[in-house]
Amino acid sequence: MQGLNPFGPPETEPGRPAPVRHAPMRPAPQAKPVRRDPAPSRLAYRLNRMMLRPLMRRMVRLGIPAFLAAMVAGIWLSDETRRANLTAGIDGMVDKVQHRDAFMVHRMEISGASEVVEKGLRAMLPVPLPASSFDIDLTKLREKVRMLDAVEAVDLRITPAGVLSAVVTERQPAILWRHARGIELLDKSGHRVATATSREARKDLPIIAGQGADRAAPEALALIEAAGVILPRLRGLERIGERRWDIVLDDGKRLMLPEDGALRALERAISIDRSEDLLSRDITAIDLRNEARPVLRLGLDAQNAIRRARGMVEIGPDGQPIAGEGADAPRGSASKAKTTG
Amino acid sequence: MKDLYLGQKAMRNMRRQAMQRGVIAVLDIGTSKIACLVLQFDGPGQFRETDGVGPMAGQSNFRVIGSAHTRSRGMRCGEIQTMAEAERAIRTVIQSAQKAAGTRVDHVIASISGARPASYGLAGEVALPAGKVNEADVARVLAACDVPDFGPGREVLHAQPVNFAVDGRSGLNDPRDHSGDLLAVDMHVLTIDEGAAGNLVHCIRRCDMELAGVASGSYVAGLAALVEDEQELGAACIDLGSGTTGVSVFIKKHMIFADAIRYGGDLITQDIAKGLRISYAQAERLKTLHGGVEVTGRDDREMIELGSETGDWDTDRRSVSRADLIGIMRPRVEEILENVGGLLDAAGFDFMPSRQIVLTGGGSQIPGLDVLAARMLGQNVRIGRPLRIQGLPQNATAPGFASAIGLALLTAHPQDEWWDFEMPADAYPAGSLRRAYRWFKNNW
Repeated sequence: MQGLNPFGPPETEPGRPAPVRHAPMRPAPQAKPVRRDPAPSRLAYRLNRMMLRPLMRRMVRLGIPAFLAAMVAGIWLSDETRRANLTAGIDGMVDKVQHRDAFMVHRMEISGASEVVEKGLRAMLPVPLPASSFDIDLTKLREKVRMLDAVEAVDLRITPAGVLSAVVTERQPAILWRHARGIELLDKSGHRVATATSREARKDLPIIAGQGADRAAPEALALIEAAGVILPRLRGLERIGERRWDIVLDDGKRLMLPEDGALRALERAISIDRSEDLLSRDITAIDLRNEARPVLRLGLDAQNAIRRARGMVEIGPDGQPIAGEGADAPRGSASKAKTTG
Repeated sequence: MKDLYLGQKAMRNMRRQAMQRGVIAVLDIGTSKIACLVLQFDGPGQFRETDGVGPMAGQSNFRVIGSAHTRSRGMRCGEIQTMAEAERAIRTVIQSAQKAAGTRVDHVIASISGARPASYGLAGEVALPAGKVNEADVARVLAACDVPDFGPGREVLHAQPVNFAVDGRSGLNDPRDHSGDLLAVDMHVLTIDEGAAGNLVHCIRRCDMELAGVASGSYVAGLAALVEDEQELGAACIDLGSGTTGVSVFIKKHMIFADAIRYGGDLITQDIAKGLRISYAQAERLKTLHGGVEVTGRDDREMIELGSETGDWDTDRRSVSRADLIGIMRPRVEEILENVGGLLDAAGFDFMPSRQIVLTGGGSQIPGLDVLAARMLGQNVRIGRPLRIQGLPQNATAPGFASAIGLALLTAHPQDEWWDFEMPADAYPAGSLRRAYRWFKNNW
């Protein structure tokens, strides 16, 4: 029993129990953590081995995330309004960027163009200014401008200041071309520039005629350049059979030039004219097509003069001999007067 | 014998398949530790000629890409005692080795250290009708060996032709195309308990692995710990494991004897635990940290705290001198070495030209063991560490990993076995195809 210690010091009051002394609290026995089996379970082992297969690893790392992303995106986009919102949002963002001040084109500056061309050029712009430079496709616009007949070359660029500058080189009309549907202005390469209302509009330009004359316009210009002395008498050039030129003079005389070496033939005709005064005689045509032998076609008066000298009956303009002598005489004198004059 | 032949042949095919895939695991199932090395076979092309690395018996062809070891469970004396526990341990080690290697392994080559191995020397001879040895003659002479009665429940683990002789010209490694009238062969056959081998195969199958080969633990420890000259001139390798002590004798690069004693370092730990009345884990710690077999005067003064956890202050604060510890350990080590000496005597080790003894395995790390072994077994004793192989981590280079490393070496450079030769044509039974089909059906 507690307090009944016989070995203690002698007590003054025998029989008095000692105070109860509680034993100090012992720490509660702590449950040892259960050691986990380090061995993988059969299922875990098999799964682990399955995950080590190359195909499986690739599927887990790439396939499943890609599939999930696609599925989420698909589900989210399956709603009409969401899709509309998304496209609207993207468009708005693109618009916002494209319509920043740095990308805006405020005005168009055109230099080197006539008024008509300038008007046409402004009409060709796909959007009204001011517009974003993203909306203006310069390459396409350049192609479109090049389609204008009056424009030979155009230099289009958008300057940093927001100006669309167009430097236009216009085609210079060098020659007039009369064809079945009217008169057109051609430049020196034969390209159409514009349509002329009449010959009188551009008296300063030479005229050519005939089908396919525009394609040979450079040659025609060279011939006109070479005409020199006969230039004042030149009425125009006519393309014959789309292969050779006839030079038509103001009194109806024709210089029929060959297909090749037309220039040389013309120079030859001019030199003959200079020495023989050929063109002032009664000749309707000079056929230079055969280089070795120029052929002259005589006029009616000249023919009649020869016939008279030979004592033959004179012929009329229709090529038939005239029956009466009296009717022939005044015409013969008239033509003679013309020839001498 | 034909079933055995087919079974081993199938395992060889599995091994070839694994080599083609390039990854194979070797598994050393010991009594205290299971080690697994994952080998990657890159082929001979990984070194250039200028690197100065030769073929090195196949060692340059592979490297270790993953290694793991864990405490083994359910094992006793190198045999599987509790199947489920052993299977868990194998699963653990294979999973961690796979994790270290970062790849999946499907084929495994295992070693078995216990299972009562027994060595037999077989001899056979055939006449050569052609006057010349050809491939079929080699197969015939191997089949002509007179097989002793191995006893019930035994299975052949290794059957290696050790020596060929043609007309008295002995010591041939490859008798093909030798001319002569009589071809003789000496074959070394190692048998183990069928049940133990079957348990091992079952455990590995349960882990979803294909078994590509089985080797004896004592044999592969010898492959790893003996250098080439020792294998050539004659040496014995003593693998001091925890549950078994393996002995293998090599000469002319062939194993001629292998056996195992059914106790080892585990018994020393038990002695310490019983003698000092401490737990098994404490005893193991004392053994590895302070153990030894040679006493010096200083050991009397070196006191070791026992440090057990019984909860009783007096018991927990006991200390013994190192001399006491050595006094417990030494008789047991002596007993083990005595038994090893008995095995070596039985094998005729005394008559070998070179009597080199190499100690390896975890138990060989006891300080002073080489002195004791030299006194008991013979003068030529050394402690052998396993060969170094490419990619092996530092912590797996200890002598305890000799078997695992030996298995890797054997995988890279397999020894010719009986089943590597073609079976003689007349020995095929009529229904061999059907039997092969049944075998395939049963095994897949």
